[in-house]
Amino acid sequence: MAECGASGSGSSGDSLDKSITLPPDEIFRNLENAKRFAIDIGGSLTKLAYYSTVQHKVAKVRSFDHSGKDTEQDHEPPYEISVQEEVTARLHFVKFENTYIEACLDFIKDHLVNTETKVIQATGGGAYKFKDLIEEKLQLKVDKEDVMTCLIKGCNFVLKNIPHEAFVYQKDSDPEFRFQTNHPNIFPYLLVNIGSGVSIVKKFDELLHLASRGQHTNVDMLVQDIYGGAHETLGLSGNLIASSFGKSATADQEFSKEDMAKSLLHMISNDIGQLACLYARLHCLDRVYFGGFFIRGHPVTMRTITYSINFFSKGEVQALFLRHEGYLGAIGAFLKGAEQDNPNQYSWGENYAGSSGLMSSSPELCPTQRARSGTFDLLEMDRLERPLVNLPLLLDPSSYVPDTVDLTDDALARKYWLTCFEEALDGVVKRAVASQPGSVDAAERAEKFRQKYWNKLQTLRHQPFAYGTLTVRSLLDTREHCLNEFNFPDPYSKVKQKDNGVALKCFQRVVSALDALDWEERQLALVKGLLAGNVFDWGAKAVSDVLESDPQFGFEEAKKKLQERPWLVDSYGKWLQRLKGPPHKCALIFADNSGVDVILGVFPFVRELLSRGTEVILACNSGPALNDVTYSESLIVAERIAAMDPVIHSALREERLLLVQTGSSSPCLDLSRLDKGLAVLVREHGADLVVIEGMGRAVHTNYHAALCCESLKLAVIKNSWLAERLGGQLFSVIFKYEVPAE
Amino acid sequence: MGGWLGRQRWLLRMGAGWLAAPMERHGRAAATSASSAREPVPGGPDGRRREPLRRRANSASAPAVGASAEGVRRDRPGSYSGATSASRQRVESLKKKRPLFPWFGLDIGGTLVKLVYFEPKDITAEEEEEEVESLKSIRKYLTSNVAYGSTGIRDVHLELKDLTLCGRKGNLHFIRFPTHDMPAFIQMGRDKNFSSLHTVFCATGGGAYKFEQDFLTIGDLQLCKLDELDCLIKGILYIDSVGFNGRSQCYYFENPADCEKCQKLPFDLKNPYPLLLVNIGSGVSILAVYSKDNYKRVTGTSLGGGTFFGLCCLLTGCTTFEEALEMASRGDSTKVDKLVRDIYGGDYERFGLPGWAVASSFGNMMSKEKREAVSKEDLARATLITITNNIGSIARMCALNENINQVVFVGNFLRINTIAMRLLAYALDYWSKGQLKALFSEHEGYFGAVGALLELLKIP
Repeated sequence: MAECGASGSGSSGDSLDKSITLPPDEIFRNLENAKRFAIDIGGSLTKLAYYSTVQHKVAKVRSFDHSGKDTEQDHEPPYEISVQEEVTARLHFVKFENTYIEACLDFIKDHLVNTETKVIQATGGGAYKFKDLIEEKLQLKVDKEDVMTCLIKGCNFVLKNIPHEAFVYQKDSDPEFRFQTNHPNIFPYLLVNIGSGVSIVKKFDELLHLASRGQHTNVDMLVQDIYGGAHETLGLSGNLIASSFGKSATADQEFSKEDMAKSLLHMISNDIGQLACLYARLHCLDRVYFGGFFIRGHPVTMRTITYSINFFSKGEVQALFLRHEGYLGAIGAFLKGAEQDNPNQYSWGENYAGSSGLMSSSPELCPTQRARSGTFDLLEMDRLERPLVNLPLLLDPSSYVPDTVDLTDDALARKYWLTCFEEALDGVVKRAVASQPGSVDAAERAEKFRQKYWNKLQTLRHQPFAYGTLTVRSLLDTREHCLNEFNFPDPYSKVKQKDNGVALKCFQRVVSALDALDWEERQLALVKGLLAGNVFDWGAKAVSDVLESDPQFGFEEAKKKLQERPWLVDSYGKWLQRLKGPPHKCALIFADNSGVDVILGVFPFVRELLSRGTEVILACNSGPALNDVTYSESLIVAERIAAMDPVIHSALREERLLLVQTGSSSPCLDLSRLDKGLAVLVREHGADLVVIEGMGRAVHTNYHAALCCESLKLAVIKNSWLAERLGGQLFSVIFKYEVPAE
Repeated sequence: MGGWLGRQRWLLRMGAGWLAAPMERHGRAAATSASSAREPVPGGPDGRRREPLRRRANSASAPAVGASAEGVRRDRPGSYSGATSASRQRVESLKKKRPLFPWFGLDIGGTLVKLVYFEPKDITAEEEEEEVESLKSIRKYLTSNVAYGSTGIRDVHLELKDLTLCGRKGNLHFIRFPTHDMPAFIQMGRDKNFSSLHTVFCATGGGAYKFEQDFLTIGDLQLCKLDELDCLIKGILYIDSVGFNGRSQCYYFENPADCEKCQKLPFDLKNPYPLLLVNIGSGVSILAVYSKDNYKRVTGTSLGGGTFFGLCCLLTGCTTFEEALEMASRGDSTKVDKLVRDIYGGDYERFGLPGWAVASSFGNMMSKEKREAVSKEDLARATLITITNNIGSIARMCALNENINQVVFVGNFLRINTIAMRLLAYALDYWSKGQLKALFSEHEGYFGAVGALLELLKIP
């Protein structure tokens, strides 16, 4: 990270540091495509926001033109893959100390290619002071935006788009940060911004550091100083502060700086907390978000503010902090300037690869260390193709938590999974290189990917809360983001292509065999097929080892791997009973893997449902993740199956079978962030059954998800540690059929 | 027994707090508490809820007076009204109920001890004859001096003349001294042989608890400890009812922000309820008062008079409250504070913030140049403005939350502190757009002590 080069430490915040060298690609990324800037200049920190487009390589699948006749040659893949460039939108936010502002502006000017931009939105107290400098350096007209409006706009944006944005601070608990799932309705809330012109970061942090070593009781007059000792009968703790600085009203005593700093900290924090509670009460609010310079992730201030809020509100008001509180103003100013593009109509997602996590801020850490680690901080938000919404079938969207295990909480599980992902890294790197045989720099990029993801894992080891609640999902997503970052959009595209081709060839045989069974046998065979298909998961080491070493491993082999009934979780009996009843109106199925899984497991199951008169919505990922089947692959697969199977064919034609995308590119599933189109279909068709398949979607996430309709969660546990934790063995089966309580 | 003791504890618990959590304090809440449920209160909660306190007071004083006749007499509930015009029989009964002289009320706060002393002026020759020497010497000592030792001061200007209390005519004196001189005061009580007078010391404030043991072991005096908030309210209502030697006790400021037009005007507190009472001592307590016996502590803050004085000592090296205020009167807080106009160049119109409003208290002191440019007087002024504005803010929010529009500010922080009073008056009026009225009272800090005296005299 960039370091302050020339000027001596402790210099006034007004002097600008021009002699720094910035590692350009790491900080102001994608500047060449940047258009539209916004800047928030506080008393000490500058936050720069810009919109940029990112060129990504994406793997596109396309059906061969089947007008020719010799299409069914054995060696021919089922579809073609082409790598194309795609442009996606990204928001970049960079936070740095005001001392670097001139150097940063110079850097931006030098790298800015786009000349369409004429205006820069500016907010914050410093916008005033640096107006001329910005206009001169960037040749952009400074358009001042209202500070509070920007803060609110920014706050709404992060609460809406970053699932684990807000957290409560819990002293003495591990972890100290507890992230909140965003309430589907973020309003109303109270935002307390504690900023105002602190101009020297280092000095302020030193003061907090000083305070953390002090004893306020030497300076403050406590209840016990007035009432004498702790009076149980008074019901008031003797430790309560009766009069801040009350003891300093004496001429004949010296007070230590530490003690005075601590007393001051308590005084200010308590006062802010009290006022916030009074305002919250007046407006009947129970959530108060705190942000601003005073907080800045400092445990000391978060602790005292939380204490004060709990005390004054008697626990009725919750003090919440934001991971990106420092960016609210810049985000808001940016959104203000981008209003004609209507950025709020899109959903955005935090890019874990490009964002610095919440930095460690243990009070013991010395201020200079802090300052260094916090010199430049980044946040990147990708604009998602389509708006994301809640699945309408969630029983209680406000209490829905996708993830089954909170790894920030569960240290043992955290250790296991972090190690697991570290150990799998070599394989992922190898796979990535292999996926791009024609590329000259694939090895180099793969190495960069390894470094980046490895570093993320190390950060998470020390600061599990860096990107919100740590979960298996977030570890998987971070890996996907990092792969994308280095242009490995779909390392499994070839594997999927081959698997799909092989499976398609088996489809008719499998279906005929199923059709030959009597009804009851068929139902069990279909479920076993779903489960066997789910064994084909390249994300699971136990499986990828088998698949790598035994290319002949197929559907039948997979069935043999499955645990015998009764399964680890087994409500098959109940499900069978249900099938004897009236058909479901419409089933929503979330598919997992390409190849055997979707073609020989899911499609026959879909076919049976269709035959019963149930409509089916088959939801696949919008973007690639591992060997999960993507929406575009599913379209081709369905088309090929339809060509072989009249049931699927007519269902597709009559729109009784609908293929949709989830809006996600994750191996896991967040039912609170799904494609809006999917949600609309679910509502229109009155879906009354949800089938979630696979470890990522039904075990790591959604295992406990409560829906307001029937649901089927099935998976094969392909990880021995997890199997053991659940009380089973490798290849244990989860078959969880749930009916909501009346 | 257990019943009222339980409640007693509950009542006492209410006392003390500054920063203490806001606690419900309605009479109704008392009536529904478990303890009172076991001891049904006839005539509703308001009429009788002080009863346990009185009994407690008596039981505390009992050991000091033994089983004497006076002790028995003291047990009877007192009455004040109509004493002067009463029949002979009534006068007799009053006399019987009256406690022995001297009549003191004591309020031992975190910083100051407030003592009120009733000097009987209707002593008959016969009475004077009987008056024991130590009693006489106390009377002479207190009334012939205006200062006691190096720190005790009698606020002569506050003296209430020709007051009738329990059928006795006399003057009420107001004396204060620093709490750190409490040991000397107790020693004086020992030297003057107070205990021989069989007097009851009704004391309130935290010091009543802190020094209870010292009173007993050093002075051989049993304190009758009283809840400070009960005393405060009692004191205020009483003092307001007797006025200030013919003048009004309560007042307000007209045009508080205007140096020339600002006027202190009497206010007739004829409809006192509901009332928000802000007591600014070392710390601050805020009470919502709905009737004589129905009030609750809404909240409190530790940023009070003690904070102002303490910070002034650290920032300016001053040694007395008077000195701190005197410095503040000569200072300019806008050199220290960062104002809205310092940030926005004028008003922040969008949110209705005027340019003169303080955006960041002491906000200018982050700059080295500005630090070098300010005087101690400026710092003292800024400290005063910061503390006062904060109290005003909290009081205003409480008034809004409780839906009360009369706010009475009392406590010794306001003594000789016109700057703070005018600022409170202005801030309350400005930010509430004229909805809230800040009221003040001449005897600022003495109401707790007066309340303690009233308890001694059993005056409801």
